Formats: sequence, C-alpha cells, structure tokens
Amino acid sequence: MGRFIVRRLIQMTFVLFAVSIMTFLIFNVIPNGDPAERMAGRQPREAQIEAIRKEWGFDDNIFVQYFTTMKKVFTGDLVSYFTQLPVGEEIVKGLPRTLSLAIGAAILWMFVAICFGLYSAVKAGKFADRFLTIIALIGISMPVFWIGALMNHYLGYKLGWFPNGGYVEFTEDPIDWAYHLILPWTALAILFIGFYSRVLRSNVLDTINEDFVRTARAKGLGERQIMIRHVLRNSMIPIVTLWGLDFGAVVGGGAILTETVFDLQGVGQYAAEAVGQLDVPPVLATTMFAAFFIVLLNAIVDILYAYLDPRIRLQ
Amino acid sequence: MSVGPAPSGDPILTVEELHVSFATEEGVVQAVDGVSLELQPGEVLAVVGESGSGKSVTAMTVMGLTRSPNARFEGTAHYKGTELIDAPEDQLRQIRGAEIAMIFQDPMTSLNPVMKIGDQIVEQIQEHEALPDQQARERAIELLEKVGIPRARERIDNYPFEFSGGMRQRVMIALALSCNPSVLIADEPTTALDVTIQAQILLRMRELRDETGAGIILVTHDLGVVADIADRIAVMYAGRIVEHGTLDEIFYDPQHPYTWGLLGSIARVDRPRPERLPAIAGLPPSLSDRPSGCHFRPRCPHEFAKCVEVPPLEARLEGNPEHRDRCWLTPEQKKQLREVRPGEIGLAAKSTGADAA
Repeated sequence: MGRFIVRRLIQMTFVLFAVSIMTFLIFNVIPNGDPAERMAGRQPREAQIEAIRKEWGFDDNIFVQYFTTMKKVFTGDLVSYFTQLPVGEEIVKGLPRTLSLAIGAAILWMFVAICFGLYSAVKAGKFADRFLTIIALIGISMPVFWIGALMNHYLGYKLGWFPNGGYVEFTEDPIDWAYHLILPWTALAILFIGFYSRVLRSNVLDTINEDFVRTARAKGLGERQIMIRHVLRNSMIPIVTLWGLDFGAVVGGGAILTETVFDLQGVGQYAAEAVGQLDVPPVLATTMFAAFFIVLLNAIVDILYAYLDPRIRLQ
Repeated sequence: MSVGPAPSGDPILTVEELHVSFATEEGVVQAVDGVSLELQPGEVLAVVGESGSGKSVTAMTVMGLTRSPNARFEGTAHYKGTELIDAPEDQLRQIRGAEIAMIFQDPMTSLNPVMKIGDQIVEQIQEHEALPDQQARERAIELLEKVGIPRARERIDNYPFEFSGGMRQRVMIALALSCNPSVLIADEPTTALDVTIQAQILLRMRELRDETGAGIILVTHDLGVVADIADRIAVMYAGRIVEHGTLDEIFYDPQHPYTWGLLGSIARVDRPRPERLPAIAGLPPSLSDRPSGCHFRPRCPHEFAKCVEVPPLEARLEGNPEHRDRCWLTPEQKKQLREVRPGEIGLAAKSTGADAA
C-alpha cells in the first residue's frame, strides 16, 4: 500500500507537470493570444501595451514566464489577467458547487443505472428490456446542453416547479440546496445512466452464465440472493472503475456545460469563461485541478478495485 | 468395492422415462430421450458416455438446473415422495443443496471468485438451517477438515484463487456435503484435475459415501474413474441408456457394441501397448438430427437389418434381469464378436470400428 501511494504520487507529479507545460505552451502559440494586447482594451496605444508587457512580465523568456507562473500556482498568488481576481479563491469558491453537482449526479446515475441495468438483464429480450434499451439510447444521444436547456425552460421557467438555475449553499439550507440541484443532477446523470445501464446489463448477462452462478443455484439460494450476492457483485467490478474515472472527469471539467446551463458558478463554468477570454492563469489552474482529480480518482479506483476483486493486489 | 447384484430395497431417487429437449435456432435438440434410473441409498451409480450423450443434462435436470423457457421436460423424477420435474421452484430450492447436492466439473470456475470460501459454505448452511453465524462457521471448518483441507481454520477466510484445482474441488465437495444430503450428484468431478489428484478426490468421495450413507450419481466419460468407485453403471449414448448393469457386468461381460468401444479405448498398462489407442470410428450424432432405430448404428461395425428399429432396453441374458442393454444382437452373437479371451477384463482392442474397418 505504501509503495502504491508513493508510485501514484510520482505519477501525479509527472502528469501535473506535463499538463501545465502543454496548457502554457498552447496559450502562448494561439493566434491573437497575446495577453498584453487583450488586456490593454480597445484601440490601445503601443506604449500602453508595452507597459503592460513589462508590468506582467510578458516580455520575459518563455521559460522564465512558465517558472514564475508555476511558482504563483503553488503559492496561491495566481491572478486572472482580466478580472484581476485571485484564481485560487475563485476555484475554492466554485469547488463546493462543482462537487455538489458531481457527487449528487454520480450517486443518482449509479443508483438508477444499477436498477435499470439489472432489471433489463433479468428481463432480457422481453418488452421491458427493449423499452429500457430505447430509453438508454435516447439518454445517451441527448446532449446535456440541450436537455438541460429544455428542463430549465419547461420545468423551471414555464411550469415553475424548479428554480431557474442558481445555487444555494448546503450550509445555508440543505433542502433548498437539493431543490436547486435536482435539475442539474438529472441533466448530467441522464447520459451516464444510459451508458452505465447498458454496460451493466451486458455484464450481468455474462455473469449469469458463469459456473459459480450455477453453483449458487445448486446450493438452493433464492433468485434475489443469487442476483445480488453473486451476479451483481461480480458485474459491478468494471462499472465501479468507470464510475471513479467518470466522476474524476466530471469534477475536473466534465460538468462545464451543465454548470453553464444552470448557472451554478462552479469550477467548470469558471474554466469555460476563462477559456473564452484566453485568460491563461485560470485556465492553467483549472486544467491542473482537473488533472489532479482525474489522477486522484484513478488511484482511488485502483484501491476500490482491489477491494472488490480480491485477486488483484496493489503494488 | 463392487457388489454383485444391484442392491434392492427402496430407491431414494427414481427417474422414469425422462425426456428433455431444448428448442434452439438449429431446431429441437433432444438431449435426453427416455432415461430411467434408480439410486439406492449408499450406492454409487455411474452414468457414463461421450460428450453430448445427455448424461450431464440428466443430472442437472434432476436438480432443476436445466429449467429455461426453451426447455421441455417429460417423465418423472421422484425423490422421497417429491416429484422434482414439475416441482415449483420454491419447493425445489429447499431440496437443492440440502437433500440433493451437486459437484461440478470445473472447480476453477464453480466458486464465486470474489467471495471467501467460508462465506460460500456458510451461505449454503444458513439457507437451509437457522444456524447462528458462529456455529455455521464452525460447521464449515469441520467440513473443510473432513474433505482434507489442511489448516482449515485459517484457510476458511481465503478466496478461491488462493487454492489449487484439487483443493478447490475439495471445497466444492465440502460445500455439497454441508447440509448432509441424501443424494450427491457429481458431474465429472475429476475431469479438470490431474491424475494423482483425481485418485485422492475419488477416495475422499467414497469415504464420505461410507460415512454418510448418501447415494452418489457419478457422471463421467472416464471409465477409469468408474472402475474405482462405482457399484452400478449406466452407459448413455445420444440421450438414451444403451446398457445398464453392475460394475462387474459392464466390465467383464459388456453387451452393447458401444460399451465395447468405450472399454476398448481405455489405455491399459496390463496389456501390450497398441500402436495407437483404439477409438470408436465416427462422431456421436447431432442431438437435433439423430439416426432412426439404434442411434449407434452408423458407427457400429456389427450393424444389420434389424438395427433400423429402436431396440428396447431390456435384459437379454438369462438369469440376470438387472443387466439390460439396447442391442438386437443375440447374446451368442455378441460373445463371438467380442472375442473375449479368458482372464481379460472387457474385450479385445479389435472389437470395434477403428480396427475392424
């Protein structure tokens, strides 16, 4: 376990380093990407641009620029080029929103997908299975910005059943918090429900034909116990892996569209706005934040995997 | 080890005229076609045949494990007054594992890979008996010791992958014995194991039979296994029993040409080695398209006109009503064809297709 953690930490350092370099370089070669020109406003004078360049260090060697920026990332002094607000604070402000969205949606999609997938497998070939298959395909095919906007418009604005976007702190009012998040959770979860229930269905159908399930039946166990203790447990192993990875991806920027549609002001939305303005510091910080979560969740998935499947040993 | 005449008394399990067919895309597969069997308490009945002869399907049908929307059943299987073939699933569940237990062919895949073996045994005990966890666990440890797992108290918390194939099969046996079943169905229990382990497992099964008095149905294609342990043998071919008798009768006085072929194809250390091990020519028929009359006809070197009629399974030897076979040849003809030399078990290698052809 100790060795496993050390190895993952080294891996994480490497990934963060690589991600930061790539992000930094990309924004340096993007046409029209000179921050000084953009910061100087419309029709600036050359002297103004030059002053900004000096002040922010844009005239330095690119390695020096990278180094000073990275130093700021770790000391928390990184500041947005355009809003002049500290990036760290913005991310900390957005984090509970993003996590609220991601955790709730992840629980929702896992739970519903297990129900759908299991039911679909048990009823394989029958009407219920076909119906759920069609529903799943529709779910997979609907882009979140479209279904999110529809929900917001009809359920939020027209019918007034749900708030029209926005976010309430959990600590302020947990019920209102959940109430504001129901639509975003659902919109984000739909795609994953479709996908996961399909994967689970096929895993369950594979597992049902395993010899040990026949053994369980020969032991005289009930169908429910066979399905849950023997079939589901074995079918869940690949799903849990997916779950961890997708959760990491959603926290690290996969929820950009959902956050934007429902105006949740999370990290994803912050990143999206920064990209639109070619604002390098927030983009860099949010990208590294995303990479951090993805690597972290990868490690957690591996630990979970070893727990779920005793044949696997961490090293 | 072997008994003379078939033991008489009240059989614990009686299968009568069992027919099992499956609807598949290639047509109806008649896997079992009128099989009748009787199992006495404490006896080992071997069901022998090639793959696809319907022996496993017969065994699994008794347990209700072949039930599916595509399967059709006819006939009866009585266990202690319960009709198993059309018993409701709930009733069958109480018999499975508790009264009739089963050991499967492949111990590598027959245990749940992500569950401790102790939990898998305890789960079965608690399904059938209201036993507190600790007591069920103690019973599981005893069972593991009984089947010869060393350090059972520690090993009970291991996962299947931490055991070798032979040890896993012992775990399977412990599992099968956990509720003291009266009938044990072993479906090729040693096929996946290497030869030295096979002998150990068979020995263990025989000891347990002697201890518990359970009747054992041993399904196998391996006549070597049968010679070690069986009291009676039923030879199956293409869904039918073609010959039935005691161990001695089948080995020393086999009546059906298919049995001759099976016996002839055993590798033997007490005979001069032939160039090649004799084999029965041809392949078993497809179960969805079987030859009319005697199913063995196309592969039989002794086929004659009458073979297009289905031969009944009946006693054809005088004075032995329990030794039955399905071959139209007269006992005298069979005697000549077999070329039995005195003192030899079974028949000469030359008796069937491979060499006669």
